[in-house]
Amino acid sequence: MRYHPLTTTDRAAMLGKIGARDIDALFRDVPKSAVVPLSAFDLPDTKGEIEVERIMSRMASRNASAGSVPFFCGAGAYRHHVPSAVDHLIQRSEFLTSYTPYQPEIAQGTLQYLFEFQTQVALLTGMEVANASLYDGSTATAEAVLMAQRLTRRPKAILSGGLHPHYAETVETVAALSGKVVRAPVTPGSAEDIAAMIDGETACVVVQSPDVFGLIRDIETVAAAAHAKGALLIAVVTEAMSFGLLESPGAQGADIVAAEGQSIGNGLNFGGPYVGLFATREKFIRQMPGRLTGETVDADGRRGFVLTLSTREQHIRRDKATSNICTNSGLCCLAFTIHLSLLGEEGLTRMARFNHARASALAERLGAVRGVSLVTESFFNEFTVRLSKPAASVVDALAERGIIGGVPASRLMPHEKSARDLLIVAATETNTDEDCEAFAKALAEVLA
Amino acid sequence: MTMNKQGRPTAPGTVEDNELPTISGDRGLDHEEGLIFELGRAGMTGVDVPEVQMSETRLGGRRRKGPIGLPGLSEPEVVRHYVRLSRMNYAIDSGLYPLGSCTMKHNPRLNEKMARLPGFGDIHPLQPQQTVQGAFALISELMRWLTTLTGMPAVAMSPKAGAHGELCGLLAIRAAIEARGEKRPRILVPESAHGTNPATAAFAGFTVDEVPATKSGHVDADALEAKLGPDVCAIMLTNPNTCGLFEPRIIEMADAVHRAGAYFYCDGANFNAIAGRVRPGDLGIDAMHINLHKTFSTPHGGGGPGAGPVVLSERLAPYAPLPLLMHDGNEFRMIEHADEASGGAKPFGRMCAFHGQMGMFTRALAYMLSHGRDGVRQASEDAVLSANYVLASLKDVMSAPFGEGPCMHEALFDDSFLEGTGVTTLDFAKAMIDEGYHPMTMYFPLVVHGAMLIEPTESESKESLDRFIHVLRTMALEAKDKRTARFEGAPRLSPRRRLDETAAARNPILRWRPKDDARQAAE
Repeated sequence: MRYHPLTTTDRAAMLGKIGARDIDALFRDVPKSAVVPLSAFDLPDTKGEIEVERIMSRMASRNASAGSVPFFCGAGAYRHHVPSAVDHLIQRSEFLTSYTPYQPEIAQGTLQYLFEFQTQVALLTGMEVANASLYDGSTATAEAVLMAQRLTRRPKAILSGGLHPHYAETVETVAALSGKVVRAPVTPGSAEDIAAMIDGETACVVVQSPDVFGLIRDIETVAAAAHAKGALLIAVVTEAMSFGLLESPGAQGADIVAAEGQSIGNGLNFGGPYVGLFATREKFIRQMPGRLTGETVDADGRRGFVLTLSTREQHIRRDKATSNICTNSGLCCLAFTIHLSLLGEEGLTRMARFNHARASALAERLGAVRGVSLVTESFFNEFTVRLSKPAASVVDALAERGIIGGVPASRLMPHEKSARDLLIVAATETNTDEDCEAFAKALAEVLA
Repeated sequence: MTMNKQGRPTAPGTVEDNELPTISGDRGLDHEEGLIFELGRAGMTGVDVPEVQMSETRLGGRRRKGPIGLPGLSEPEVVRHYVRLSRMNYAIDSGLYPLGSCTMKHNPRLNEKMARLPGFGDIHPLQPQQTVQGAFALISELMRWLTTLTGMPAVAMSPKAGAHGELCGLLAIRAAIEARGEKRPRILVPESAHGTNPATAAFAGFTVDEVPATKSGHVDADALEAKLGPDVCAIMLTNPNTCGLFEPRIIEMADAVHRAGAYFYCDGANFNAIAGRVRPGDLGIDAMHINLHKTFSTPHGGGGPGAGPVVLSERLAPYAPLPLLMHDGNEFRMIEHADEASGGAKPFGRMCAFHGQMGMFTRALAYMLSHGRDGVRQASEDAVLSANYVLASLKDVMSAPFGEGPCMHEALFDDSFLEGTGVTTLDFAKAMIDEGYHPMTMYFPLVVHGAMLIEPTESESKESLDRFIHVLRTMALEAKDKRTARFEGAPRLSPRRRLDETAAARNPILRWRPKDDARQAAE
């Protein structure tokens, strides 16, 4: 097998040194009843590269890749152009095949980019500090809720109806164990009256903006209402490109920001791996989950970076840790930070404007189709339209015409009757005028 | 000095002082590199984007007012920055990575290539299901490998890493217990466990009770049995354990746990020792996560991303979280809501958005198809053989607390061989850096003093192992001989020497700030 360097001769010599008769002797602690022959595994035998490529390429070819069709899906995962340099750099062996930087003397590369990543995330979100990433936006949101429960010693989390339903379900899975999770009603295209739901046992209010329908929310007013009752405001962002054009959550009074960073540097990958961004106020850092990189000096007085405040973490504190997280999204952070470094202030702003302009034009074009009305008056690069037919069947009909025309809201919230005819549509810099025109024409046909 | 006709020296001269400081601060191929924020300038960008004039926006009055503060750099500057940073990292591609419990094995590039096929890398988790049947087929095939290798009937694919898998397993167990109308608040965790085990148990709302280890490095099965009771929900045990030993009484322990009405969670971090030889399902395990980034070689990437699918026993399978992959005889369907589930499924909830770490699934399946069942078994055997070879070759000069028997895929040493030398485990490990090696796992497991845990994996040639053994033997003998110069303040030859972690924690600087802001913050 091409990945195994030991030869039969090597193995015999090594067994000799060990003083073992054969390999089975090394497994002597395994109960006899649990030893199985190779034939017990109904699986194929070893294959060369060419065969593996053939098998997997065949599987891949059965999928309609986003780049091969006019493509308009968002709802928490966005197709953006990732510059070639990003993927090339993250595949450098020293990044790709290194471990968690627990030995800082020989991991300064990883530690420095994580420090830069933390700074970039803090700047984008308008917060004081950020960690070195969590798994993704949904788990970051769940961690934010748990952190708010710890900080306030209150049990209740109130989730906006505009929070991505997968995120809400993820929060419920963990935060309902020791606390309470309340979901506000779903109000497509408008804001629910969440302030009225806040009471003395509320730990936090979770508001996503742009929300799952694409609507830009007023976080500032909700934050003020939460703070007035001693609760924290958690802002959720699923489209990181929006930071380039929208006022930051920090500027609007958010106490914790949980965001999905996939849009910057990372491909769609069918939903993962992505990168969870997590930022907060400096005074809360000792309750933060996840790894943190800090600046220090080495024995020669040179600047260097280390993982720090580890006493929050599982490998030191065990059952008293702030979270059980260990593995994070290191390489996805790297892709994020390289892409953002390439964009810079100028590039990010332009890219965000370009996205908004593209979505605005598409909204206008689709709005002109008979049977389509725009539900979200304000949006960044994603909006929702109401159709004259159930959106799920429309999306299927569009797929038959070779167009992936967005995400039907009913896929995310099948029990929400008001969502049945809603279609969530995203447009980015990857969509051409021709794509948009083809989409509008096909939609007109399907709705006719 | 010999010179040619043009006056160019043709032979190297003698170096008189190689400690002469350089003018640039760089030293040959070792470049110092500033932060990206110290390199850039306003107005520059490395991505050409058309400028759009926006007279009117639909931003609801929430347009950003001030600048973000990001630097601007051209593409060559960005590329050079990250290439220079990369050169300050150790990596499995450049050297042996003997980190116990971490399984730093070779990462085949075929896997990277497969993950980047547009049919896998460029598909959206919510595009119509009929347009991603190949992706479902891939997940289904990976599920078949995982359930077959573990001898377990079901697997939950969405957990994003090992600790997330632990949480998934405990939540399934909790749901099963609640379905019986019971409440069991306590979880038993051996003291040799990974930190994530007690952290996950606490995270899931349980109290943690420690089970001691025996003198031979195994879980004390009698103590375990004595602690079992109607309030015990589960035991979380690592097998092979973190001392590198297979638990010989594991089936007996599993039976006792089940008799008490509790469940048996296994931490699968050490699956690389037994994959293809032993099926966890045959040991009485109810749930076990599999770190695809360890056993199945998806790269560690400097700390992630990982993937932690959880195999489940018959009794726990109905509680697996959403989404659930089904095949209706015609095509695959991803069940995303509880009431669409059939066949008695009672999912406990959702672990995360979408369907899990697809990018890791493609890599892991490429690894599995390449290895085949015979290759997977050979990998485990070679990993165990290599660890035993290291143990046998070092135990006379280092101290192996459980050195009499065979170990599994990792060899454990303690610091008693360093007693009286003034050299600590930390010094010893850091001195390895100067020898070109990444240190082994240190001070873990907690059950032995000054632990050093070495996992060579199956990826090393015998020549590589022999060289590693030679270096460690020489170091151990020097230390015992009180020749401690190479240990004092080691490492000396790495991009940085030991870093002041105390200062970093006392005065946390967690981000760069512009000079003016930094001064203000200090005041």
